[in-house]
Amino acid sequence: MRDRKLRVMVAKPGLDGHDRGARIIARAFRDAGFEVVYTGLHQTPDSIVKAAIQEDVDMIGLSSLAGAHMYLFPEVVKLLKENGADDIVVVGGGIIPDDDIPKLKAQGIVEIFTPGSKLDDMVGWVKANVKTRTD
Amino acid sequence: MSSAVEKVIAGDVRTVARLIRDIDDKIPGVRDVLKALYAHTGKAYVIGITGAPGVGKSTLVDQMVNHYRHQGKSVGVLAVDPTSPFTGGAILGDRIRMQRHSLDDGVFIRSLATRGHFGGLSQSTRSAIDVLDAMGKDYIIVETVGVGQDEVDVVKSAQTTVIVVIPGMGDDIQAIKAGILEVGDLFVINKADREGADKTFNELRQMIDMGHEKYEDGKWKPPILKAEAVFDRGVTELLETIERHRDYLLKASQGNKLRKNKERIREDLVEMIKSRLIQEVLDHMSENDRLNKAVDAVMDGEIDPYTACDELLLSTLRALQKDL
Amino acid sequence: MSLTYSRKIMDDIRKEREKWERTLKEVFSITPQRLERFSTVSDQEIKPLYTPEDLQNHDFQRDMGFPGEYPFTRGVQPSMYRGRLWTMRMFAGLGTAKDTNQRFHVLVNAGQTGLSTAFDMPTLMGYDTESPRSKGECGKCGVAIDTIVDMEDLFDGLPVDGITTSMTINPPAPVIWGMYIAMAEKRGIDRRKIGGTIQNDMLKEFIAQKTFMCPPIPSLRLITDTVEFGTHEVPRWNTISISGYHIREAGSTAVQELAFTLADGIAYSQAAIERGLKVDDFAPRFSFFFNSHLDFFEEIAKFRAARRLWAKIMKERFKAEDPRSWWLRFHTQTAGCSLTAQQPYNNIVRTALQALAAVLGGTQSLHTNSLDEVLGLPTEEAATIALRTQQIIAEESGVANTIDPLGGAFFVEALSDRMEEEALAIIRKIDEMGGMLSAIEKNYPQREIADAAYRYQRQIDESIKTVVGVNKYATEERLPVEILEIDEALEKIQIEKTLRIKMERDNGKTGECLERLGEACVSGKNVMNPIIDAVKAYATLQEVCDVFRGAFGEYKDPGIY
Ligand SMILES: Nc1nc2c(ncn2[C@@H]2O[C@H](COP(=O)(O)OP(=O)(O)OP(=O)(O)O)[C@@H](O)[C@H]2O)c(=O)[nH]1
Ligand SMILES: [Mg+2]
Repeated sequence: MRDRKLRVMVAKPGLDGHDRGARIIARAFRDAGFEVVYTGLHQTPDSIVKAAIQEDVDMIGLSSLAGAHMYLFPEVVKLLKENGADDIVVVGGGIIPDDDIPKLKAQGIVEIFTPGSKLDDMVGWVKANVKTRTD
Repeated sequence: MSSAVEKVIAGDVRTVARLIRDIDDKIPGVRDVLKALYAHTGKAYVIGITGAPGVGKSTLVDQMVNHYRHQGKSVGVLAVDPTSPFTGGAILGDRIRMQRHSLDDGVFIRSLATRGHFGGLSQSTRSAIDVLDAMGKDYIIVETVGVGQDEVDVVKSAQTTVIVVIPGMGDDIQAIKAGILEVGDLFVINKADREGADKTFNELRQMIDMGHEKYEDGKWKPPILKAEAVFDRGVTELLETIERHRDYLLKASQGNKLRKNKERIREDLVEMIKSRLIQEVLDHMSENDRLNKAVDAVMDGEIDPYTACDELLLSTLRALQKDL
Repeated sequence: MSLTYSRKIMDDIRKEREKWERTLKEVFSITPQRLERFSTVSDQEIKPLYTPEDLQNHDFQRDMGFPGEYPFTRGVQPSMYRGRLWTMRMFAGLGTAKDTNQRFHVLVNAGQTGLSTAFDMPTLMGYDTESPRSKGECGKCGVAIDTIVDMEDLFDGLPVDGITTSMTINPPAPVIWGMYIAMAEKRGIDRRKIGGTIQNDMLKEFIAQKTFMCPPIPSLRLITDTVEFGTHEVPRWNTISISGYHIREAGSTAVQELAFTLADGIAYSQAAIERGLKVDDFAPRFSFFFNSHLDFFEEIAKFRAARRLWAKIMKERFKAEDPRSWWLRFHTQTAGCSLTAQQPYNNIVRTALQALAAVLGGTQSLHTNSLDEVLGLPTEEAATIALRTQQIIAEESGVANTIDPLGGAFFVEALSDRMEEEALAIIRKIDEMGGMLSAIEKNYPQREIADAAYRYQRQIDESIKTVVGVNKYATEERLPVEILEIDEALEKIQIEKTLRIKMERDNGKTGECLERLGEACVSGKNVMNPIIDAVKAYATLQEVCDVFRGAFGEYKDPGIY
C-alpha cells in the first residue's frame, strides 16, 4: 500500500484578523510535505466543517487570537460530529489562557499550541499524532 | 454494486471526498469503484480554466459558480495548485476565493495538488471529474495554473477550455502561444479594469488567428471576452459563450454524447494506459527493492544501464502479467 | 556644516581604524567572535564599531539640526519633554460600555492624561452583537458598541471637552466617530471643541491587520470624507492615525513598517488633495502610530528617520508650507508580538526597554503593554505596572532631561540615515507600481510581510535569534498569572439592551436617515452629517455599516500566505 499524503486545513474562525500565526503555520506544514488547505479569514465554524469534509483533510488547525475560542473551537468539533466526520482531528492555537486548555481538551480539541510553540514541534506533533486514513 | 458506488450516485459528500482522496493517493481498490461509476458519467459539462498565476482564475470560478447556482445548476470545482518540488507539500489557496459557497449543498469544491507524478495529474483529475459527474453535478469546473504540460493536459480533457489572461501581459502571452494557445476554446481578458485591455485584445486576436490561417465555414473561432471578475462583470457573457460553444460541439458531433466522442475516448484511454503502466511498473520495481539493487549494480560497474533497464523491464512485465 | 572633521583628522581616523581592525582580527583569531553575524531583529547587519567615517555624507544642519526645526530628526517641538512629557495613553476596553467606563475612571484617577478605547471584534468589523457572526466575541478584546446609547454609557461622567480620546477603529470609523460627536452634542458640547483621534487607517488593514468592510477604493473615499469633514467642522480631531503598528505586528521588518506606513500617508494625502483640500488644511491633523519593538537602536533610528522622511515628503512632494504639516507626530505602542507566554514576568522588562526606545525616539504618546497581554485580557494590576513603567522612565530615569540624547552618536545617526534610505527605496517602488492602492491590489506589501514573518519565525526556531525563556533559558514551570475573564452572559445583556433601543426608537425616522445616508454614498456627498443624524435616531452600528456594504460591496480576504 502506498503512503497517503497528509492533508490538513488551516482555518481562522471568527472575526479577528490576526493571521500571522495561521499563515506561518500553513507554510511550515507545506515545508513539512503536507497538503495544506487554507481557508482565509473570517470563517464560521459551519463553513470550516463543510470545507474540511469536501477536502477530506486529516486535521483542522484552528487559530484564534481574540478570545472567542471557547465558543468557536468546540462548535467546530460539535459540527464535525453532527456531520459524521469526527475522525478529523481538531487542534487549536493562539492566545489561549492556561485555564481554558483543559476545558477545550475536554470538549474534543486534541491539542492546543500557545504562543512560543516551535514550528518544528508543531509539525512533529502532527506527524506523530495525526494518522492518515487507513481504509 | 458496492455501497461506495451507491453513495456517490446519491451525492454523498463524504464518500465523494474520500474517493477523490483514494484516487489521488492511488489506492488500488479505487479502480473497481471507478469502473462501476463509469456507467453513470457523461452527463456533466466540463469547463477547464487555465492561465498564469494570479490572473484571477479562482475569482472568476467563484463568480461562475454563483451564476450557475442562480440558474439552479449544481457545480463541482476541482482547483489544482502546484506541489512544491522541494518539500512535496503544497498550500492549496484557490478555495479561499470560493469559500462563500462552502455552505451550499449544490456546490462541491475540492483542492488538488499536482504532486509531480509522471503525467498522473491529468489521469487522477480525469477520474475525479468522473466522480463529480457521477455524483450528479451539472457543471464541473477545473482550475489549473497553465504552466506545465500536465496542467495543459488536464484542461484539454474539458469540453470547453477557457484561457485567462490580463492586460499588459506581453511576455506571458508569448508563453501561452508556445504552449496552450491551441487548446483555448475561448479567451478571457480579466482585470479589464486595468489599462491596456484593448491592446491585449488586438495582440491576442492576431496570435490566435495566425494559428488558424482562415476559419473554415462553421468552424469555431475562439472568441475573446473581457471581464472584471472581482466586480462580477463579463461573467454573464462568459457563460453565454460557453453555452454557444457547447451547442457548437453538439452540432459538430451530430448529437453524440459529448464526452464520448471517439477522439476523446482514444485520448483518455491512452492517457490511462500511460499513467497506469508507469505507476505499476515503478511500484513493482521499488517494492521488492530491485530498482535500488540495479542502481547499485550500475554504480559498482557490474552492469551497464541499458542491460539493467532491459532486464528490469522484462522481469517486471512478466511478473505483472500474472498480477493483472 | 558637516558632522565630521577636516580631511586631515579624517585621514588619521581612517589609519587608526585600520590599525584597530587589524588588532580586532588578531583577537578574533584567538577567541572567535560570539556570533558569526550580528544583526538587528529585522536582520539588518550591524558592524562592530561606528566612527565619524560612517557619517562622511552627514550634514548637521541638513540631516539633524535642532528640535522643532526642519527636518525634525531630533523632535517635532523645540522643547520636547522639557516642556511637557509624552501623553501616557493606555488602551482600555472590555465587556460592556459600563465596564469600560469604570476602567476609564480608574485610569484618569491614576494620573493618565488621555483615554484610549479598544473595541470588541464585532464593533471593529461593523457588526452588532446580535449578528450570528458576532457569536462568542462580545466584549472579548474591547468594548461592544451597538448604538449611541453605548457611547453615552462609555463616557458617562468623563469630561469629554477636557480630555482627548483616542479610538482604535477602522472600517466603521466614520460611524463610531459620528456617535462620539453626536454624544458630545447631546451633552451640549460643540463639535469644534472636542479633541481626539480615530485610527481610520484602512490601507494598513488591507496590508496587515485584516479588519475589512468595503473594498479599497470606497474605503479610501470614506476616509477622505472624514478628513474633509474634520478639516471644516471638527478642527481639533486627528482624522487618521496612520499606523505602522499592525504592519509590524504582522511580522514586517522595521524598514518595511516605516516605508509602508509613510506610503499609506502619501496615499491619504493624495486622495485629500484630489478632493480639493489644501495640504496645509488637513496634513496637520494627520498623526502616526508606530510599534516599538525589541531592537533598541533600530527602533530609535526608525523614529528619527520617520520624522525626517515625512517632513521631506510633505515639503518636497506635496509642497506643504505650514511647518505643522511637516511634523510627524506619533503615538507608540510597545510590541505585543514580542511578549512571551513563557516566564511572563520577563515581559515587564521587554516592555520597559521598548518604552525607553520610544521615548528616546521622541514619541508624543505611549501605550505600554501589560505583561499578561499574551495570555488574555490584561488585569488591572498588570495594566498599572505597565503605566508605572512609563512613569519611572519619565520621572526617575533622567532620560527626559535632555532632548534627543542619542543625537550625534555615530551608530544612531548612521542607522537613521540607512533606514531612511532603505525606506525611501521601498516607497519609490510603490510609486512605480502606481501608489499604495495598486501595490495592495498586487499584494506586494502583504507578500513582503508574510515572507519577513516566516523568515523571523524560522530564525527563532533555529535559535539564530534568541527569545529569552522560549528558545534559551527556558524552564518547565509556568508561573501562575491571574487572568481577567469576560462573563459569557454579557452577550445576552448587550443583545437585549440593543433590542430594547430598537423597539423604542422611531423606526420611520431611523429608516429615513439611513436612506439619506445611502443616497450620499451614491451621490458622492460627504457621509458624515447623514451618519450623525442616523445614529442620533438610534440607528445601530451594523445598520449604518450595512448601508456601506450595500452601496460599495464587501471586501474578502485575498489570503496571501
Ligand atoms: N483589478 C482586478 N483584480 C482582480 C480581478 N479578478 C481578480 N482580481 C484579483 O487578482 C488577485 C488574484 O486572483 P485569483 O482569483 O486568486 O487568481 P488566480 O489566477 O486564481 O491565482 P492562482 O490560483 O494563485 O494562480 C486577487 O487579489 C483578486 O482579487 C479583476 O477583474 N480586476
Ligand atoms: Mg487560483
